[in-house]
Amino acid sequence: MSRYRLSDEDLKYAAEFKADPLGTPSPGLQRVLNLLRGGPKKGKYVLIVKEPFRRWNLGRMPESRGEPIEIISEVEYTDLAEAEWDVFKRRWKASTGQDLDQELA
Amino acid sequence: MTRILAYTDQISSAPGGSIQVKVSCDGLDQYDARLIRVIQGDVNPSGPGYREEVVDLDLGGPNPARFQPIHAGSYGIAESAPPLDMGKSFSMQALIWPTLPGRGPQTILSYEDPNSSAAFRLYLDAAGALAFQVTESQGDSDSISTGSPLFGQRWYLASGEYDVVSRTLTVIQVPLISTPQAQDRLKDSKVVTIGTAKAGPDGVIMIAAHSGSERPAVGHFNGRIEAPKLFARLLDEHEKVNPDTAKSQDLIAAWDFSVGISTDTIIDVSDNQLNGRLVNLPARGVTGYLWNGDEHCWKNNFDHYAAIHFHDDDLYDCEWETDFEVKLPDSLNSGVYAVHLQSGSEVYYTPFAVRPPRGNRSAPVAFILPTASYMAYANNRIGIDVPETEIVTGRLVQMNPIDLFMQTHPEIGLSFYDVHNDGSGVYYSSRLRPIVQMQPKQIGHLGGVGSNLWQFNADTHILAWLEQLEQPFDVITDEDLEKEGSQVLDGYRAVITGTHPEYYSVGMLDSLQSYLNAGGRLMYLGGNGFYWRVSFHPTLPGVIECRKSEDGIRVYPPPPGEFYASFTGEYTGLWRRNGRAPNELVGIGMVSQGFDCSSPFILTEASRDARVSFIFDGVEGPVVGDYGLSGGGAAGLELDATNHAWGTPPNTLVLATSKRHSDLYLMTPEDMDDPAPGLGGTEAEIIRAEMVFFETPKGGAVFSTGSIAWCGSLSHINYSNDVARITGNVLKRFLDPTPFPVM
Repeated sequence: MSRYRLSDEDLKYAAEFKADPLGTPSPGLQRVLNLLRGGPKKGKYVLIVKEPFRRWNLGRMPESRGEPIEIISEVEYTDLAEAEWDVFKRRWKASTGQDLDQELA
Repeated sequence: MTRILAYTDQISSAPGGSIQVKVSCDGLDQYDARLIRVIQGDVNPSGPGYREEVVDLDLGGPNPARFQPIHAGSYGIAESAPPLDMGKSFSMQALIWPTLPGRGPQTILSYEDPNSSAAFRLYLDAAGALAFQVTESQGDSDSISTGSPLFGQRWYLASGEYDVVSRTLTVIQVPLISTPQAQDRLKDSKVVTIGTAKAGPDGVIMIAAHSGSERPAVGHFNGRIEAPKLFARLLDEHEKVNPDTAKSQDLIAAWDFSVGISTDTIIDVSDNQLNGRLVNLPARGVTGYLWNGDEHCWKNNFDHYAAIHFHDDDLYDCEWETDFEVKLPDSLNSGVYAVHLQSGSEVYYTPFAVRPPRGNRSAPVAFILPTASYMAYANNRIGIDVPETEIVTGRLVQMNPIDLFMQTHPEIGLSFYDVHNDGSGVYYSSRLRPIVQMQPKQIGHLGGVGSNLWQFNADTHILAWLEQLEQPFDVITDEDLEKEGSQVLDGYRAVITGTHPEYYSVGMLDSLQSYLNAGGRLMYLGGNGFYWRVSFHPTLPGVIECRKSEDGIRVYPPPPGEFYASFTGEYTGLWRRNGRAPNELVGIGMVSQGFDCSSPFILTEASRDARVSFIFDGVEGPVVGDYGLSGGGAAGLELDATNHAWGTPPNTLVLATSKRHSDLYLMTPEDMDDPAPGLGGTEAEIIRAEMVFFETPKGGAVFSTGSIAWCGSLSHINYSNDVARITGNVLKRFLDPTPFPVM
């Protein structure tokens, strides 16, 4: 679990991620990702495979074994980079309250 | 949906043999079955394309579908107990170390009359307090609880008794280490109003569960139980508070779990000799209440290992009925096969190996199907239980249909990458259950950007490569190596491993070493091989034990005092901690893992050595493998490198190495004696894959790639690439009987 907290200094890393969500991150971006991708299992965003290598839904993990994984069927992706950026934005907003679409406009 | 599940009784059989197929269908009427040969299991549209070959063999059908349940949860059972006489006073007692008190009612000991409702039960109630219940023949029951929950991971002497004279139920929980203010030492009694009854013979005594109406056992206990006893009398005051002081008179049964630790039998040391059996393999060879750190091996002090750790999610053998049998034709070639089951859009594959007939070889090459490693990873919950998987893979975790199924069906059992519901480590893994990840077409979590394959399906990259070479090959499984020794490899000109043969028993290792000592040639086409020591059970089929002692990359450490396997008494852990580092066998050993992107190899100066000119015939270099389905490079996922201190032979040539990995690649804990900054793949020199070659005595040789990702690059540009060329060159020379020069 990361103790790092996001600030406006990290917006440049958000821009780096937006430019290449599947690329190799800089050390600064890696620190941001360690925070955003960390956290407990409950509520963690995942991708639900609808069609291998082609289509995914957003999903969220339950806390315990035996409970179903939540499938957010209204959120669908056909591109993994798009999915990574969308989840990045959701987590950034949950962590800071900032809307990255506006901050990086 | 995953509505068809299946498994087979064997993982390997020869032509002329037979395989029993056990199937369960959920909500389906019927299914069709056919036998297929597995060629290429990768369904990545960027890959070479999925391939299977249907075998012309009538398996009958369509078969009627039926549901066969999985009853997870371990317990002990002894049948034919003396008649339950509720006209006499009666007591139960056991030492317990609960791990999940408060998580539902959990039975410690039950004594039941199968012909009526008469029963006694000592248990933890829903709140986690010790309770005692009596039920008369007609079903009326009464119970008493101390009302105070026990603390987890602490030893208690638990007693319950029924005084027939005063009609009093008494329950006593005594902590063996008293703690001020803890208020967990309690006794309570009550007069009950139910009548007495005398039940017939054939009583059933269960330990860590009681019988259920819809399944054989319910109320599973989580934690350790030691020295359970039943008395046809009341306990005296001294017996109630002091362990091991109970007198032997009027014993109905007293099991000593320190006897027969390597078995699934429990021994009753009372005159009644009510020996019983364990169901679903609870953990044995675990420390009991007497353990004090003086002795760490159960074989040297049985008294300190007189406990059994039961879990409500233990699973050994589903014990499903056989649906049909596949008679393997005498003409069937050795290979990797699967029974393909289908009902509409529902499909399930249950794979197995067809090995050559015993004592024969049908090809010059043997591929060792790493079935012990498949069992180690069987139904692993790395993607669904471990929240760090996203960080270590560097991308969102993708949930495939089997992941959704495993999340809601944890009864399918655990792997060596999981912990039990109570947080304790998994010591045993079995193949006598559906292994949903061991199927062609399945996508994993740790296989890197690209196809993301792991274990069985990743190994089909090797099968497909051999296929396109039109190279005849035999398939030998880990179990064949274990059971039959080095003779199963005798005479093969070359032996090929899988991509990740991580788990090896001493028998398997001896077999492979003997093959090399006799002049064999080994192609180790993977990474992190020969890492953990595992033990096959001496008599129970289809199950292995692994305790990850000392260090190594692991989900859990076994607790102190539990570094020896219960199956065999072997010291466990890394092979390098057992004096047989993989470097001795294949020149290299595990140094790092990371699961995002793989890297290319860069040829070294040594690659131009005349000794290895055959390997690089037609290869330009210096960059090799900057492509692939397993992370986009040939060097990745788990990496091995040389280390002469761990036994890399002095004649080893390092032919190529990877130069840079992401910081998601980290050093292994066993190499991290004194942590310091710069341990990631962008900085630490140790984080690299090394491709090596060395000659062995008697004209043999070893070629090792040092990377799980290597075989994901084989199919690039229709197998016309440097990775396939190098691998093919090695195979071609290894098939040439001309001895390698002995230096």
